[in-house]
Amino acid sequence: MMESFEAVKVISEHRGEALIVATMTPGTELPVVTTKPEWDLSWHWSAMGKASSVALGIALARPDRKVLVLDADGALLMNLGSLVSIANMAPPNFVHFLFDNGVYRCTGGQPLPRRGQISFAAFARDAGYPNVSEFADVETLESNIDSVINQAGPSFVCLKVAPSLEKPAFPYLPARDVVGRFRETLKRS
Amino acid sequence: MAQGELTAERVLGEIRKCGVTHLVFLTDTKLRFIHDILLKQKEIIPVPFCREGEGIAIAAGLVIGGKKPLLLFQNTGLYESGDSIRTVALELRLPLLMIISYLGWKGDSPITDSAGIFLEPTLNAWGIKYHLMKSDEDVGKISLADKEAQETSKPVAILIATE
Repeated sequence: MMESFEAVKVISEHRGEALIVATMTPGTELPVVTTKPEWDLSWHWSAMGKASSVALGIALARPDRKVLVLDADGALLMNLGSLVSIANMAPPNFVHFLFDNGVYRCTGGQPLPRRGQISFAAFARDAGYPNVSEFADVETLESNIDSVINQAGPSFVCLKVAPSLEKPAFPYLPARDVVGRFRETLKRS
Repeated sequence: MAQGELTAERVLGEIRKCGVTHLVFLTDTKLRFIHDILLKQKEIIPVPFCREGEGIAIAAGLVIGGKKPLLLFQNTGLYESGDSIRTVALELRLPLLMIISYLGWKGDSPITDSAGIFLEPTLNAWGIKYHLMKSDEDVGKISLADKEAQETSKPVAILIATE
């Protein structure tokens, strides 16, 4: 098991030119480590579970750019159908990282229903993602991250992360400003 | 391909005028006549979804990425999509053009189905402008709604009000 912050750092360091859509736990951590904030769509989504769907729309709109979504397990449970919709459209530029900590961290660490007894990797595989992988430590993630990002997707990567309740002091920006900056960056690139 | 006085060809023609790039949709009995013709043409890319809140978010992503989606779904799904509409569409001020079937619409008779009873009050509560589309005479409202969505950076709805 790895710390989610470590995983976010590895992804950020290996992203290349990729756009990142991040929510919940990784959404609070990405702004701390990112070197390309203008290419990040990262805020504390109240529409919990919808990051994967927003990322799907961006990936379809911009097939010339790789799109990484940093999703959370509790959030994905609120939008499980999105796995089917993503696999159905099969954007090759789409990489779905799922931070699996088994708890609702933002509300104090309450366990998810059937915590530890369900497999998000199996959900993604059955939905039709052609590439599915699972990493439990940061060293294995780091040694596989380039191939995971660069292969033709859609790809699903389940990351087993610790149910840590610590939150980094992340820079707060209103969601509207984050999206405005992101849209402007996309228009220019 | 006619349903009452509203024909799919006229609706499609108006949608094309708006420069729609993607059709983000979930099938519905009342909208089927439009689905069928939209899925046969090649210019607008179909993007099916599983639940309406998801569809709003996909369309939002397309707008953020510089495209012009059209959302198509049933009014019952509008109720499910509330959090997405509030947080993604309204809070982020994204122009979304939506065509929504008015399940429960009874013409001049009183609406008795709760799917219809709550529709206009719900849209009014969210501050979402809407137009009724009952026949071919109303198809110009699609372009009007699109213009309003772009000018206000908000969702605007066309309600298919056929019996």
